[in-house]
Amino acid sequence: MVEERAGSFTKRSIKTSAKLAGLKMVVSMVDLTTLEGKDTPGKVAYLCRKALQPAEPKYGVPSCAAVCIYPNMVKFARKFLGEQSPVQVASVATAFPSGQYPLRTRLDEVRRAVADGADEIDMVINRCAFLSGDYAQMFDEIAATKEACGPAHLKVILETGELVTYDNVRLASEIAMQAGANFIKTSTGKVSPAATLPVTLVMLEAIRDFFFATGIRIGMKPAGGIRNAKQALAYLVMVKETLGDDWLTPDLFRFGASTLINDVLMQIAKTVDGNYQGPDYFSLP
Amino acid sequence: MKTKSNALKIAGRKSPARPQNGHPVVPLRERRLNFGTKWDYAPAPEESKNYVIAPRHELFINGKFVKPHSGKHFDSINPATEDKLTEIALGDEADVDRAVKAARRAYEKVWSKMPGRERGKYLYRIARIIQEKSRELAVLESMDGGKPIKETRDVDLPLVAAHFFYHAGWADKLKYAFPGKTPRPLGVAGQIIPWNFPLLMAAWKIAPAIACGNTVVIKPSKTTSITLLRLAQIFQEAELPEGVVNVITGVGETGTAIVQHPDVNKVAFTGSTEVGKQLAQMVVGTGKRITLELGGKAANIIFEDAPIDQAIEGIIVGIYFNMGHVCCAGSRLLVQESIFPKVVRKLRDRIQTLRLGNPLDKNTDIGAINNKPQLEKIRELVQSGVDEGAEVVQSRCPLPERGYWYPPTFLTGVTASHRVAQEEIFGPVLSVMTFRTPEEAVERANNTPYGLSAGVWTDKGSKIFKIVNQLRAGVIWANTYNKFDPTSPFGGYKESGFGREGGLQGLAAYCRLD
Repeated sequence: MVEERAGSFTKRSIKTSAKLAGLKMVVSMVDLTTLEGKDTPGKVAYLCRKALQPAEPKYGVPSCAAVCIYPNMVKFARKFLGEQSPVQVASVATAFPSGQYPLRTRLDEVRRAVADGADEIDMVINRCAFLSGDYAQMFDEIAATKEACGPAHLKVILETGELVTYDNVRLASEIAMQAGANFIKTSTGKVSPAATLPVTLVMLEAIRDFFFATGIRIGMKPAGGIRNAKQALAYLVMVKETLGDDWLTPDLFRFGASTLINDVLMQIAKTVDGNYQGPDYFSLP
Repeated sequence: MKTKSNALKIAGRKSPARPQNGHPVVPLRERRLNFGTKWDYAPAPEESKNYVIAPRHELFINGKFVKPHSGKHFDSINPATEDKLTEIALGDEADVDRAVKAARRAYEKVWSKMPGRERGKYLYRIARIIQEKSRELAVLESMDGGKPIKETRDVDLPLVAAHFFYHAGWADKLKYAFPGKTPRPLGVAGQIIPWNFPLLMAAWKIAPAIACGNTVVIKPSKTTSITLLRLAQIFQEAELPEGVVNVITGVGETGTAIVQHPDVNKVAFTGSTEVGKQLAQMVVGTGKRITLELGGKAANIIFEDAPIDQAIEGIIVGIYFNMGHVCCAGSRLLVQESIFPKVVRKLRDRIQTLRLGNPLDKNTDIGAINNKPQLEKIRELVQSGVDEGAEVVQSRCPLPERGYWYPPTFLTGVTASHRVAQEEIFGPVLSVMTFRTPEEAVERANNTPYGLSAGVWTDKGSKIFKIVNQLRAGVIWANTYNKFDPTSPFGGYKESGFGREGGLQGLAAYCRLD
């Protein structure tokens, strides 16, 4: 039934005004991401500028929610965006993407990224601990990371492609939320499959139950594999029909993506102008 | 889902207290989901103007559309708008006689003598044309019956084609279907179908009948004749020999005339238990074979170890699919008492997200109630529930001003002694009841004169096997609901009828096996 229900969200027909409003909301929820060994200050500058102003002002497109980068890039992003920015600086940390490093170095990464100016930390869970059944260790590490974050928000990446079953995803979501996550996130983008609708649905359902149990609203971030506007709208439909209007905000829902943004902008331009433009009319991040 | 294995308990750790994401911790009483219009879907209607409905429809006898003997027609309306769609011929006894004679002639001279592989070719051809025209048929089915286009497009029409394809495959393999037997056709089949799945029920009836070499006189429900007559045009296009399938539209008496016609060899009826009983009495002593697919009051049993969010989807599909106009609808929800508050809270939220409105809108989940008497019956039964002390929970969705509409509804505080727990409502109304143990669940599930279907939800495989063997119902779904397939026999116990449709058992109902 998980797949069936998730599939039903792709069958909603989003047209005209609903499409335009939805696509702009998608832009406002994007964590514009670059996570490569070849990232440089120059590349990060491209990314930050794109996040601040994704398209020409005439389209009335909001800025993206955040840029998502490696810890070494945080200071460059902070410098480019300044101290006050509508775009948050999010840094992956804790030995992203594997997490297979000692806890003290992982926590050190987190502290340094925050000191360099990160507003948000995207950590990976210890899959070794989870899959070997040591849930206490997984919990403690998340709690320790949360503490190391200080004022920064914590997103907890489950790497659902390695957890495989919905039962695992559900349990890992519960542990992450209880241990102090502000957001739970599907994937690093380095493992296939990354985000899928059914997996995200299971996590949204866990968030829903956690809300009724504690009164705390946890955010959700599907990441990886969401490449076009149509897919992104299906995620919005799922949030709307699973958690309701309160979660339709960048505070509580994000997309981790890099190539998604220009497909969304292309669709926005098509909806406004009435005709498609080629990819060269949209700046590269 | 490991919902019970609380992560905190496993970890033996305490959650840090914190305000979240700038959102304050919501006090217990104010924890609710807000399904509003912050981002709403614009209308997305399916294009219907390309599909013209003729102002008048005649009977289909001997391969031709002919005027009825009475010269009379009745109006067919769109239940979503109450607009008149067309006029339908009122068939009477004389028309039925003409149709049965045509069917007999086709049976004797052509169809029963034709090799199975030749018959199969016609069925394949019909199935392919249905697929080609499925969009048109889906639109017509939605306009005629009030069903949402999402369902006619994604459920009804694919299944209609699947039934013809499936039975086309059997036409030349009947000997292999029944090893050691020589299957022979029965003769002329008189068939009466209901208004809830007009085309699909026609496919369930016609495909096995003609695959086995029988010929057919079929009558649709008074409120839903259009798509069956469109199917008759497809038979013409497929060059199905004249008289193999004849369509007589009309009212109850028209159906009675078919059942009572002395030259009909087999009666197949899908509809209410009340009418089914009358028909069964009519054929006593006539030598006619009969299969009946009648009402139901299915129990959908949710155990505390079920994946609850998924069970909620199964409950929704079980009762609100096709506005609850489904004989196998899961209309009695039996919830283990320990999870009752949680299930009710989730159901309450879930029905708010069902979109009711124009059946041709692609985002519509709940269409119109098929006809006015049915709407009145639903209202009357829900009122009886209220009078007997049940609490009504309804979606707050606005209802269109014209047409027949009823919001998704469920009743709590229902006991086995309430009318709403006993009688088939045949609408979007669910009766929620509780149980304590698996034994009680089985006992309560079987405590009904019906026995068509049931559902069981648990993550424990051994429990599924134990329970399903104790339930007296023809179809039982485990961890899913309302799944249909031409290979799977469908039919009931007790007052839900007898005989099976679909699969080998369905095929056997149209063969003489000597």
